[in-house]
Amino acid sequence: MADVPVRRDRLKASWIFRPGVRSAVIQFLLLALIALAAWYIFRTTRQNIASQRLVTGFDFLWVESGFSISQTLIPFSEANTYARAFLVGLLNTLFVSAIGVVLATVLGFLVGIGRLSHNWIISRLCGGYVEVIRNLPLLFQILFWYLAVLTSLPVPRQSISLFGDIFINNRGIMIPKPVFGEGFGIVLALAAAGIVLSAVLSALARRHRIRTGADWKTWPAALLFILVLPLSAFFYLGVGVEIDHPVLRGFNFNGGVRIIPEFLALLIALSTYTAGFIAEIVRAGILAVPRGQTEAASALGLRRRSVLRLVVVPQALRVIVPPLTSQYLNLTKNSSLAVSIGYPDLVSVFAGTTLNNTGQAIEILGITMLVYLVISLVISFAMNLYNRRIALKER
Amino acid sequence: MSAAFVRAETLPPRPAPFSQTGLWGWFARRLFATPADIAMTIIGFAALVLVVVPMFRFLVFDAVWTGTSRDACVNTSGACWPFIAAKFNQFVYGFYPYEELWRPNVVFFLGLLLLVPLAIPSVPFKRVNAVLFFAIYPVVGFVLLTGGNLDPQRFVLGRFIRVSDYVSPVTWSGMRAVFWADFAASALILTAAVALIARFFGTRLATSLKAMVAFFVFVALVIAPVDADFGLRQVETREWGGLLVTLVVAIAGIVAALPIGILLALGRRSNMRFVRWACIAFIEFWRGVPLITVLFFATYMLPLFLPGGANIERLVRALIGVALFSGAYMAEVVRGGLAAVPKHQYESAAALGLGYWKTMGLIVLPQALTSVIPGIVNNFIGLFKDTTLVQIVAILDLLGQVRAAFSDPNWSSPTTLYTGFAFAGGIYFVFCFAMSRYSLFLERRAGTSALRIEGAMR
Repeated sequence: MADVPVRRDRLKASWIFRPGVRSAVIQFLLLALIALAAWYIFRTTRQNIASQRLVTGFDFLWVESGFSISQTLIPFSEANTYARAFLVGLLNTLFVSAIGVVLATVLGFLVGIGRLSHNWIISRLCGGYVEVIRNLPLLFQILFWYLAVLTSLPVPRQSISLFGDIFINNRGIMIPKPVFGEGFGIVLALAAAGIVLSAVLSALARRHRIRTGADWKTWPAALLFILVLPLSAFFYLGVGVEIDHPVLRGFNFNGGVRIIPEFLALLIALSTYTAGFIAEIVRAGILAVPRGQTEAASALGLRRRSVLRLVVVPQALRVIVPPLTSQYLNLTKNSSLAVSIGYPDLVSVFAGTTLNNTGQAIEILGITMLVYLVISLVISFAMNLYNRRIALKER
Repeated sequence: MSAAFVRAETLPPRPAPFSQTGLWGWFARRLFATPADIAMTIIGFAALVLVVVPMFRFLVFDAVWTGTSRDACVNTSGACWPFIAAKFNQFVYGFYPYEELWRPNVVFFLGLLLLVPLAIPSVPFKRVNAVLFFAIYPVVGFVLLTGGNLDPQRFVLGRFIRVSDYVSPVTWSGMRAVFWADFAASALILTAAVALIARFFGTRLATSLKAMVAFFVFVALVIAPVDADFGLRQVETREWGGLLVTLVVAIAGIVAALPIGILLALGRRSNMRFVRWACIAFIEFWRGVPLITVLFFATYMLPLFLPGGANIERLVRALIGVALFSGAYMAEVVRGGLAAVPKHQYESAAALGLGYWKTMGLIVLPQALTSVIPGIVNNFIGLFKDTTLVQIVAILDLLGQVRAAFSDPNWSSPTTLYTGFAFAGGIYFVFCFAMSRYSLFLERRAGTSALRIEGAMR
């Protein structure tokens, strides 16, 4: 082939087209744009705050709140500060989310497995449940449970009573409250120690099984540590138990524990709604385990239970866990819908009542969003750790 | 050795046992296989009866169908349908002025007319259809619903000099000469400036001129109809409500979320570290907080952030919040699609000498976006359900209107509440169910076509 002279000067492009320069310029421009926008927003906000004479700063947190909260896990009264109100709201959010996560998981697994049942009516019922729950807005379901079910119950005087000691009415559910006498702390401490001991024991058993292949029976020891020892301590020490019964006085109940309808409505709606999504995840996870795995496991002579426990479930979990955690996250974030029915969660107490009282939108919404952000980041960090642990170790 | 008897032909198969075939076999296998199964079947059947029978009695048999006030429904245990009939306009349009109802109706109808052919895969002219739906329909819908005639005063140049000193204050059907002179002058100056700078860096003049002119023509085409006075009465967004608001929030949210999501997804996969970090931070921030806090942010904080922000209407503020929120979720959907485009597509594009934007716009994005259409539809379902939250910042969507109607003393009856829930639930269910079936249909279609391609390549 003849030599074709290459004209170097033609190939010389502007230095701006060098990838390094170009990306530096673009990144600098983006940075400048963001900085400019931030500065502009900051300036406008300062002007607006000055012209509307708004108060700024975090001093409001230490001011007496002057309102009361219908459900508190820690003592709270009008004399407490807004900071404590924030804490009460946060605890309520975590409380309803934690219980909701447990209920949603149980129900979701049941429905998801039920959808795969060979029993026609069960699989159809579970399928219908998933379709109905997933295709109605969560807020609709919360309002339905609150307005159409729980607050439509009879008034306290006509309460529905269960076992003569539990009363259901439009003010919620009244249940008896056990009041423990002295020495109960020792019993609790014993039980906690028992749980730790059993965990250690089962870890040891696991190691033993991996090394030798032989199983240790750990449940009798666990039973002894967690139940038998604390219970015998309970009776030996003669810890007194009194039961505080709910009693109708006039138009309302006194004594016992009152579970407020706002909490119940939110809990039922959140857990049934999330269960619909979890059911689909579980179903997909189980279907993702190839049939050959089950067949191979039974060919090895494993029992049906062992096949499930040792072969199917671990593989299904690998598919199930990542979307499951994101459902837990959704449930936690969705618990903020509490504000629509007045369950005193973080948004309702802090971004609702406190914001209305103080008017300090920027600080309050900033804190609220930050809290949810931290919860999200912590959960997704934990999920990444777990994912790394259960990830397929390929050879 | 000879065999005494050798069978010469295969025996015909014996019929399957009675317990395995026919209706009875189906019952035996699917309903009554084991004692536990029998128990579950009975419990399941009882549950079904306990739900379905009272539901039908409430909705149909015990329901009241005619009447003009609560008197018709006082003594019933069934649904009070006259309540829905009386409130129907409110549930669909909110307090939109009665004489102007044809406008939302036209918008509904146009939307349906454009959406149905867009949704059916075999209908041709998809590109034209998509442009009509995603670019032109929002402008038409905006003008029809609000009445248009926004009457902007200044463009870019007008912020620095008083254009009105040089142009006569003529107005032509709502469009001010002052504004449009400002627009034309600003466009000219900006085009010239950008073209010169681009020329300095080696881009051909014609290329950059063409791009800038196209951009300003597009901007003018959006502003002109919004500025013009079509003689429509102004309807403020606070008069809107019901299903209208639900659909406006959902559709505006998804239409705004698409470009935001595409840009964020591209940024998140960028090689430029700062761009990537900025996009990740933006996406994870909006995905990490609940929509309610976003709506509170849009209602209480946005007015402080923007000059004259207090004058922005409530619905518009909520729309900004919803767009940012759903844009972040859309980014993750699009990112999934981008990741699914095989690497050789990028390499082939690079081999053809295409630059970044051409590679993305002509090769990667068309494939990525078609593959995530089911994801986009699912996103839309989520957004449609989430629009109910706007009632918490005092914008009455369908559910909000229904809830507000509960407190109307003219219709207080024992079953008003349940009737309202049945109606609202029915509408939400029909919309969401239809969309989820559609997304499932698309997924199956995509699955089979992928299989077909694989088969053809073998």
